[in-house]
Amino acid sequence: MQRIGVFVCHCGSNIAATVDVKKVVETVLSEPGVCHAEDYPYMCSEAGQMKILEAVKEKKLTGIVVCSCSPRMHEATFRKAAERAGLNPYMVEIANIREHCSWIHKDMEEATKKAVILARAAIAKVNLNTPLQAGESRVTKRALVIGGGIAGIQTALDIADAGYEVDIVEKTPSIGGRMSQLDKTFPTLDCSACILTPKMVEAAAHEKINIYTYSEVDKVTGFVGDFTVDIRKKARSVDSAKCTGCGVCQEKCPSKKSLNEFNRGLNTRSAIYTPFAQAIPNVPVIDRDACIKFKTGKCGVCEKVCQAGAIDYNQKDEIITEKYGAIVVATGFDTIKLDNYDEYAYNQSKDVITSLELERIMNAAGPTKGHLERLSDGKAPKEMVFIQCVGSRCSDNRGKSYCSKICCMYTAKHAMLIRDKYPDVNVTVFYIDVRTPGKNFDEFYRRAVEEYGVNYVKGQVGKVAPLPNGKLLVQGSDLLDNKQILKEADMVVLATAIEPEASVRQIATMLTASIDTNNFLTEAHPKLRPVESPTAGVFLSGVCQGPKDIPETVAQAGAAAVKAIGLLAKDKLTTNPCTAKPDELLCNGCSQCANVCPYGAITYEEKEVNDHGIRETRRVAQVNGALCQGCGACTVTCPSGAMDLQGFSNRQIIAEVDAICR
Amino acid sequence: MSHRNYSEKIKEISGVNPYKCMKCGKCSATCPSYNEMDIKPHQFVSYVLNEDIEALADSKSLWKCLSCFACVERCPRDVKPGKLIDAARQIVVRERGGDYLSADEIPELLDEELPQQLLVSAFRRYKR
Repeated sequence: MQRIGVFVCHCGSNIAATVDVKKVVETVLSEPGVCHAEDYPYMCSEAGQMKILEAVKEKKLTGIVVCSCSPRMHEATFRKAAERAGLNPYMVEIANIREHCSWIHKDMEEATKKAVILARAAIAKVNLNTPLQAGESRVTKRALVIGGGIAGIQTALDIADAGYEVDIVEKTPSIGGRMSQLDKTFPTLDCSACILTPKMVEAAAHEKINIYTYSEVDKVTGFVGDFTVDIRKKARSVDSAKCTGCGVCQEKCPSKKSLNEFNRGLNTRSAIYTPFAQAIPNVPVIDRDACIKFKTGKCGVCEKVCQAGAIDYNQKDEIITEKYGAIVVATGFDTIKLDNYDEYAYNQSKDVITSLELERIMNAAGPTKGHLERLSDGKAPKEMVFIQCVGSRCSDNRGKSYCSKICCMYTAKHAMLIRDKYPDVNVTVFYIDVRTPGKNFDEFYRRAVEEYGVNYVKGQVGKVAPLPNGKLLVQGSDLLDNKQILKEADMVVLATAIEPEASVRQIATMLTASIDTNNFLTEAHPKLRPVESPTAGVFLSGVCQGPKDIPETVAQAGAAAVKAIGLLAKDKLTTNPCTAKPDELLCNGCSQCANVCPYGAITYEEKEVNDHGIRETRRVAQVNGALCQGCGACTVTCPSGAMDLQGFSNRQIIAEVDAICR
Repeated sequence: MSHRNYSEKIKEISGVNPYKCMKCGKCSATCPSYNEMDIKPHQFVSYVLNEDIEALADSKSLWKCLSCFACVERCPRDVKPGKLIDAARQIVVRERGGDYLSADEIPELLDEELPQQLLVSAFRRYKR
């Protein structure tokens, strides 16, 4: 029989205002095994922990139940206190009477009853607890960064500067990401490429950084400190070692009709291409779907003109298997598709564009070489209309429920730049709210209005209709003047909502990292652990976690790097001892547990067993404690009840259920 | 019935939660009868919230709304001002009592030029 002490926390008034803590103490004293019970205002305080230490010494306790907040908050605190008192830390159980009881109930009598039930369940479990010993696992001192945009580049640089090896995996032919597509950045209006390319070059030249472009993560196994990752290096059809980056192949390529992804499909590119002039690496890839040689077997112009002999039509995808201690996800974002928004005529007129398309139009390397012109007829616009919140802040299933956060600022930037470069162009911005929290952000927006004469109209646009004269009729609200505005515009720019890059779902699945309904990766804690995934060893950098601008992305990238470095700096990690353990005598060797194990922790071996005097060789399950994460999938799958989870055994759980139902 | 009850009735008939409105004005931006209306579509929401139903019931807007449902279709917050005004209209019609129109009378009155939308709207307004 255990000697159990029960400690009931008031948590100030968080618990005590709804739960009669004295009554809980009184009631649990008659539970089997309980030989001590007391309450205290703050169990997590140093004085509260001392209560545990003293009681263990005086009453010779062998098990402890703390009725307090969620184990996510203070389980570790109380386990350490138990350890200081000379107990095995796994002899501590938490009854969550705050989140599961006092916070969600109003009636004191009912809440007290429930608190007693929760305590009773924990006591029943401790009665069956056994001391467990945590093991150790190794840490591979190498990090993987998935995504080569500004988030991934910054994270990689920070980890590499701390002295650890980093691999960046980027699916497009060059690192740089969305930031490389931007023309200017707010609120300073400096050129995006001018501040990004030095970072790209630094990453490429860093002796600790290895960049895999045109590559994707294929498979992830293992766990924190010891991940094994398969990286698919897609066939470039160009030998990176030989290519000099002269660009002649791209000039001579006769297939020039593929949509240029880098310019958001506003113009075309050759089948062999580098996405942009400052691409890293400066090695082209052949788009095999567009290449005449790959489609018909006849052409081979690039091979003929390549002085370096770098073209290799027979190149195949290559799988690289590498071990990592930490993985940082930095997969970024894309703009949403506008198919649900027919009223804005995006699919009907070339002169209705997204803001990201305007970035390319404004950029010297873009489809119009930086000249502001209508894509339909090349004419210079005189009237421009910007529409905010297109697909953001929607609760109607057409768009996204969240605010995309960056649009107010980039629209102010666009409006200002246009008014500066083309003073004869009138710019009208239809807005619902102007959201400019951030250093020098509101000042920036006010400058657009006060110094550059941008016309901000409070109200949304209801419809954009292409007119026979080539112009666009914009029908919008001016809520402050209580007017409906009809305006003929030459160009309409849509501040299109952003969403996580589509590939993130697959990556999250491979990493068993959780994801929310909008496909943003979930943090381990929204306030206190914002750059960590709940999956140990996986960290979050940039917009994959939530909408953010460049300064925030860079700051978060650094934070994710520090978390990864903190992990890589350790030589050993303590493993969770709550792992699965098979009973060899009950195991019938059916393999069902191995089939459901998400961590590949279960293997089978032929083993001699002694079953009540009968010696025979049987096929039995074996669990690798270093790989097992204690999820319990095997224990519920096992048809013969042979698999049990240490610390959460079937007996313990049944005892808890019995205690609750008593 | 008190005004408060009218407000509740409108919410019940329309199935609309006016608190979801974020005051973007897309309804008024999209309304083809905007210039005919004294109370504008985006104001319907606040009139219901403020329980100012008398003004809504006496408004020209009640009868100028075409029930084209452009505002319902385009509202990003599922607030559907067109449904609110439809509900207010229904309450007024019910209070007055009696039918204006029966389905049998329609063919005779039918004008080839009449948009079908208007026909649907007429049913909504005048059917018991």
